[in-house]
Amino acid sequence: MKEELQKRIVKGPGGVDIEVEPLRDYYCEAPPTVMPAAYSKIVEDLFNWARSESIWILGFGTGCGAIEMRPLMTPRFDAYRYGIQWRPTPRQANLFVISGYLSVKTLKRAIRSYEQMQNPKYVVGLGSCTINGGMYWDSYNTIKRLDDYLPVDLYITGCMPRPEALLQGFMDLKKLIRAGNAEGANQYAENFKWYKDNQKKVIKDWDMPDYSW
Amino acid sequence: MQALYDKLKQHYALGELSEQRADLCFFTVPREHLSSLLLYLRDVEGYTHLVLLTAVDWIEQNQFQLTYLVNNRLSANDIGIRVLIDRDVASMESIHHLWPTAATYQRELKEMFGIDFPGSPRIDEDFILEGWQDLPPYRRDFDTLKYSEQTYRDRPGRVTHDPASHMKQQLYPDAED
Amino acid sequence: MAFEWIQIPYALLTLFIVVNYGFILNALIAKIGARVGRRHGIPIWQNYLDLIKNYSIRSSITHGVMFYLGPVFRLSGGVGLLLFVPTIYSSVMFSNLSFAGDLILALYFVFFGTLGMALGAGESGHPFAAIGVSRGLAQVTASELPFALAVFSVALQYQTLSVTDIVAAQQGSYLNWTLFTNPIAVAAAMLSFLGAMMRPPFDVVLAPQEIPIGPPTEYHSSYLALMQTNRAIFPIAKMVVYMNLFFGGAISWPIFFLKIFLIYMVSVLVGVVFPRFHVEHSIRWFLVWAVPLGIIAIMVV
Repeated sequence: MKEELQKRIVKGPGGVDIEVEPLRDYYCEAPPTVMPAAYSKIVEDLFNWARSESIWILGFGTGCGAIEMRPLMTPRFDAYRYGIQWRPTPRQANLFVISGYLSVKTLKRAIRSYEQMQNPKYVVGLGSCTINGGMYWDSYNTIKRLDDYLPVDLYITGCMPRPEALLQGFMDLKKLIRAGNAEGANQYAENFKWYKDNQKKVIKDWDMPDYSW
Repeated sequence: MQALYDKLKQHYALGELSEQRADLCFFTVPREHLSSLLLYLRDVEGYTHLVLLTAVDWIEQNQFQLTYLVNNRLSANDIGIRVLIDRDVASMESIHHLWPTAATYQRELKEMFGIDFPGSPRIDEDFILEGWQDLPPYRRDFDTLKYSEQTYRDRPGRVTHDPASHMKQQLYPDAED
Repeated sequence: MAFEWIQIPYALLTLFIVVNYGFILNALIAKIGARVGRRHGIPIWQNYLDLIKNYSIRSSITHGVMFYLGPVFRLSGGVGLLLFVPTIYSSVMFSNLSFAGDLILALYFVFFGTLGMALGAGESGHPFAAIGVSRGLAQVTASELPFALAVFSVALQYQTLSVTDIVAAQQGSYLNWTLFTNPIAVAAAMLSFLGAMMRPPFDVVLAPQEIPIGPPTEYHSSYLALMQTNRAIFPIAKMVVYMNLFFGGAISWPIFFLKIFLIYMVSVLVGVVFPRFHVEHSIRWFLVWAVPLGIIAIMVV
């Protein structure tokens, strides 16, 4: 564990000793819970419709596939006209695109970013690397199946998929959301232990709390 | 290049010169001479830029080969200096006092090949791999496929095709070989 | 004007119209910006969808009391600014809660939201939020300075602190507008306007394309929705002040919509042409170009 995460005693103003335990103090440890949908079906349908038409992608490119997302902002593809935009902070984003291969080091950051996003949240695996390892199938450092570690709603195949394929994938995701089938966040909460076990199996230096939001 | 090599040869026990291109050549040097040779090249001959420091695992000879590539900006040519060290006691003198950037390369080599550079700054910190517990992964006796199979779960149904025969089958299914 | 209870539903009606106009105008402006970049841009109803989406987020986390109050302050800054300035001149329904000294109150409300935001974002504990707030406060302060000077100049010119009286003095012909009777003050105020609208080139503080998005880094779900609502109200409210002080006010809703749109377009036209300023550059720009104009405006009057 890194030094700044160790438990330590800090001298406060006025000579008071303050005990700091970063893992407890800086994070909220409460595990995620299953969040029920709205009471009435009409309201939930309205919400799902709004969610599907307002997809905010977390601006976190995890692998080479991130380069395929940039053209979507340009005049040629212009994803904004479908209500898709990029947000720089996980708090505001509701879609996490795992763009291509995911090394173990990045996986750790991806998990933390994912956990900071708010329910409902969606994960799209982009490229064959997220499906079965792709061309990194024998690498010592990249995971093979993304759905072992995060609940994935949709995969977009290809190495790399073209921006058109991404747009098509987002359209399919919209259908999933509108039908109310994209409940990845609740799935994550339900199978929390299984996901954590899988994550801890590959992340050897686990120096964060189990749930870091 | 040849002239410089001949000049250096008078003072250092250089190996054979191999000129790859007109502006790129390699030679071997014993590890004791490396530091003074690099200092001489940097300060007198104008090879001021350390392009890279990398390693090759010659597992058959039980040796690591370290390659120090230095560049002369003015005459626009590179010299690669090779040092062979023992694979079992993989340890080498640090050159971070000549180029501070070398410390980063040395950290990487420590992590990926397990070559130690005593005295180099932050040499024991994790560089890319976090919490790596196995053999250093760039060593050739590390079986990356086996490690990957043990650590990461496969998705069933993955098929590998030989590109040549697969495309032949796709495009010309009737052709006799 | 004496207070009457009927003013409250009237004011709420104004608020309703302005919120919707703000949402559509913001989307329209985004579309115009996108067209300049040869994109189609967001759908015109996108802001409503984003709003519903943000309200429908199921989980939300808090960092403390101020974290709740930040967006509330921000929104009350926008709403307050709108409600204490007459929206439509000579209309009993849409004069809102304006009173004799409302100009000073308006100046205060312009700043109020940013200060509330600073408290909220500070509580969120995120370093980007702290950076964003300090940048934002620095820039807003610098850009408010010429505006305040211009307002003093106008107040001196008309010898009143009541927005209604200032509008009344500008009626008759467009040549009576402050734009023509006191052009230097208007110039200073319009330069300040560029900075206050949070559009390029002065939007480095909270542009979503910047990696540190600024004060709202930690804000999400309903908090963010509240702030989005404010993003619809506040620019309009701000432009209402401008319209009343410098451009003769509005005597009916169509004229209101047209004038607000045109005033907004000033900052849009500048924004699509010029790239973003750093905060330190923009502060220097305001101090060098806008503040002297404001001082001259006061001296001339």
